[in-house]
Amino acid sequence: MATNTRISNLPESANANATLSKEEVMRYSRHLIMPEVGMDGQLKLKQAKVLCIGTGGLGAPLGLYLAAAGVGRIGLVDFDSVDLTNLQRQILFGTSDIGRPKIEAAADRLRNLNPDIQIDQFESRLTSENALDILKNYDMVVDGTDNFPTRYLVNDACVILGKSNVYGSIFRFEGQITIFGAPGGPCYRCLYPEPPPPGLVPSCAEGGVLGVLPGIVGAIQAAETLKLIIGKGEPLIGRLLLFDALAMRFRELKLRKNPECPVCGEHPTITKLIDYAEFCGVRGEEAANPAQTTVPEIAPRELKARLDRGDDLFVLDVREPHEYQICNLGGHLIPLGELSRRVNELDSSREIVAHCRSGKRSAEAVEFLRSAGFRKVLNLKGGILAWSDEVDASVPKY
Amino acid sequence: MAVKVIIPTPLRPYTSKKESVELQAATVSEALASLTTLFGDLKKHLYSDDGKLRSFVNVYVNDEDIRYLRGDQTPLREGDILSIVPSIAGGTQN
Repeated sequence: MATNTRISNLPESANANATLSKEEVMRYSRHLIMPEVGMDGQLKLKQAKVLCIGTGGLGAPLGLYLAAAGVGRIGLVDFDSVDLTNLQRQILFGTSDIGRPKIEAAADRLRNLNPDIQIDQFESRLTSENALDILKNYDMVVDGTDNFPTRYLVNDACVILGKSNVYGSIFRFEGQITIFGAPGGPCYRCLYPEPPPPGLVPSCAEGGVLGVLPGIVGAIQAAETLKLIIGKGEPLIGRLLLFDALAMRFRELKLRKNPECPVCGEHPTITKLIDYAEFCGVRGEEAANPAQTTVPEIAPRELKARLDRGDDLFVLDVREPHEYQICNLGGHLIPLGELSRRVNELDSSREIVAHCRSGKRSAEAVEFLRSAGFRKVLNLKGGILAWSDEVDASVPKY
Repeated sequence: MAVKVIIPTPLRPYTSKKESVELQAATVSEALASLTTLFGDLKKHLYSDDGKLRSFVNVYVNDEDIRYLRGDQTPLREGDILSIVPSIAGGTQN
């Protein structure tokens, strides 16, 4: 039974000197009356130190439930500020928090929820330079980040320090949840030795997320974290839980420790933190979009001037139909994913200006069209976002 | 063998938005070949230029990773479910 095996590097039982105040007994009474938690479990929670990386979609429910449950010390790492688009899913924040550093708003919210716990604030990006120093003071880590370099950084740092990493990630309607780095268990690199190269991963094109999805996934991460701390139940180690909110279906896949894993295998080749931006092929925002810099472009103002002048330009919108409904420039809609089989809709003798939301997908479209023999194709620089900034502010940004 | 391939959300734009595809195949390799024949755009997302399955895409037969079975030569039985599971990084912004 998993309940009898050691599943984390936490003490087997609570410190004998720890106690709960009268008020704490009342606060946690619904935990205390369950034998699976009880006084011993609640004291373990009180002495536990958990680091939450990211206070966004996943970090919000996670932070709230860990604080509510009485996890004694919660570290928060984030460098971002609250903006209006966050509020659709990041339930730690309210409208009055817009513009505030997330870490500050999050800490206020959690302290208000539970003044008896300690909240540590790290207002910075997690980097190879600071990760080990930040992580070493915690019993375990919960990964609620949103990019591949940080995912690999968190994984490697957890393996190096021997800490469990409660992992969750989301995409549109789908979530993946597991625990990496537990003693004897697999790590992220056992599952995915390498990240996808930038550009191959659908990003803004198919981006977006159902607001409640990070709520569900983050709450599952919270449940697994609490179980690891109290040492009860069957932890999600060696199992990858897939959740599809659209089908409302959970599936479970086996996850094995790879003996040849470069970081947690028998003969590790990665024994210290590396340059994760380089590893993931990302070098700042611009380098992440290599296609954007190599295709011919037209600036929004120039396009406007040429359209006003009556130039014969064919505006091609490569976004998805639902994005076209949000706002459009009246262009001909062919989603990027359909371009190769609908290329016959385009007249190669005309000058074509392709655009998307930010200019990334349309750069791919321009590259594709040029390789297909189209000579007069331009990419609208900065996409519809730049158009809204520079030409027509009535076009909503999304 | 009739098998079902479950397409993950990030790859659905390349399969005409289909969530799953039923096809006939005796091995994983055959199943993926017929899938990429049906949906040409999917190929570069599943295979690298040297024809290998990409390392950020895992393939499972039922609940087992094919890397721990017989790779793409893993035989399929009637009714098997193939899952393509790519890495996703999203947490907040993406």
